[in-house]
Amino acid sequence: MWRLLNLNAYPHRRILVAVTLLMSSLLITPHVAAQDTPLISGGVGFFTSTNGGNTTYVPTISPVLVAPLGQHLLVESRANLIELFFPKPPGQSGYTSEPFLSLAYLQLDYLATSHLTVVGGEFLTPFGTYNERLTPIWISNFQDAPLITSLGTGTGSSVGGMLRGSAISTPKFSIDYAAYFSTESTNMQFNAERSTGGRVSIYLPEKRLELGTSYGRLLQGTQQNYFGAHAWWEPANTGFKLRSEYAHGAHSQGYWVETDYRLSRFGGDQSLIGRLEPVFRWQQTFRNSPDPTDGLPAADTQRTDFGLDYHLPHEVRINTSYARQFSSTGNHNVWETGIVYRFLFPTWKGK
Amino acid sequence: MTILPSFAQTSSTPSTPATSNMRQNKSASKQAVHQSDDGQRVFDQNCSRCHNAPQGFSPHISGTIVRHMRVRASLSKEDEQALLRFLNP
Repeated sequence: MWRLLNLNAYPHRRILVAVTLLMSSLLITPHVAAQDTPLISGGVGFFTSTNGGNTTYVPTISPVLVAPLGQHLLVESRANLIELFFPKPPGQSGYTSEPFLSLAYLQLDYLATSHLTVVGGEFLTPFGTYNERLTPIWISNFQDAPLITSLGTGTGSSVGGMLRGSAISTPKFSIDYAAYFSTESTNMQFNAERSTGGRVSIYLPEKRLELGTSYGRLLQGTQQNYFGAHAWWEPANTGFKLRSEYAHGAHSQGYWVETDYRLSRFGGDQSLIGRLEPVFRWQQTFRNSPDPTDGLPAADTQRTDFGLDYHLPHEVRINTSYARQFSSTGNHNVWETGIVYRFLFPTWKGK
Repeated sequence: MTILPSFAQTSSTPSTPATSNMRQNKSASKQAVHQSDDGQRVFDQNCSRCHNAPQGFSPHISGTIVRHMRVRASLSKEDEQALLRFLNP
């Protein structure tokens, strides 16, 4: 899911330029409104994953910077800084580590009208829901992204322009949209494919139901289309959520369904039991022809994830999960644990 | 996240300058509650569908948070303003 940059192998220059530009945007906005102070948010986490008997340890920092520029502009960025500790190759004992850094997005937003925002820069590709909504470490219920995530999203990010917004919003329903064009970029920090596409969703507030569809077209190499659909149902005042996605590519397709239930009914969400959140995910992928580049398993695969999250005070959450993956290439277990702290504060005190 | 209590008040008192002011205040209160309900609705239907509410943050960044959510959740300007009133009453 994450595009990784090996800091030992690549220079820092471009990412330093990006960070410098971002910091400059913070420094040139000293006269902001009282509520519009730039902020730093994000998550700090420590994760473990045991797959096929091998355990990896992944301390992660994922900062988000948001800086308004006047009344209509906004600069946003999210990065992932990871130190991956993994077992040395067979025949050697102990662990080795490798640092990684990636930029999920670095974008400038122009709030053109009430219903239109123009986005430029590197942004999360708007295909399906997982990539844009559920990838932050302080949001996702499971460490592993769904198996179909790469279908339609490619590297996860696009470099170019996007139009998005709320087409209409009424008490009965609302419709939102996103359409984008991305150029090809082989830069490791801004890795993207030449592609175009978009997403349209309708939300019915009374039923708390969202339905949407996505389209993407790869415009480089062997051009191909991607289609997607999603459904979210989150009945009010129940603590229950159901999220699902389907994606179809030229050589493979698949879906995932995830449910979670916060036990806040038992004494409130701050009670001992109410802090618990069992989660479950079922997913399948189907391959009709080989394609080593689409990111899906080489053979038909089924996977079941069982998880239990615990919401501690002060924005700390513990995630645990067990998954069993079935495939003609072999079955295996995946055990995962993690602890995440979410932070949010202004860059300065403000006026 | 707090939810302002909704209430409805009526009066059969004859009109006087004082009661007129009271009615205006009550009307303003109702409007404030209505606006807060709108913000609560926007929060429930957009923000909390993906993540829990932050347990607290500086009022200096409430506008920045809301603008960030406007882009992330494709909110209209009206919904953005309702959400800002809800977070920063």
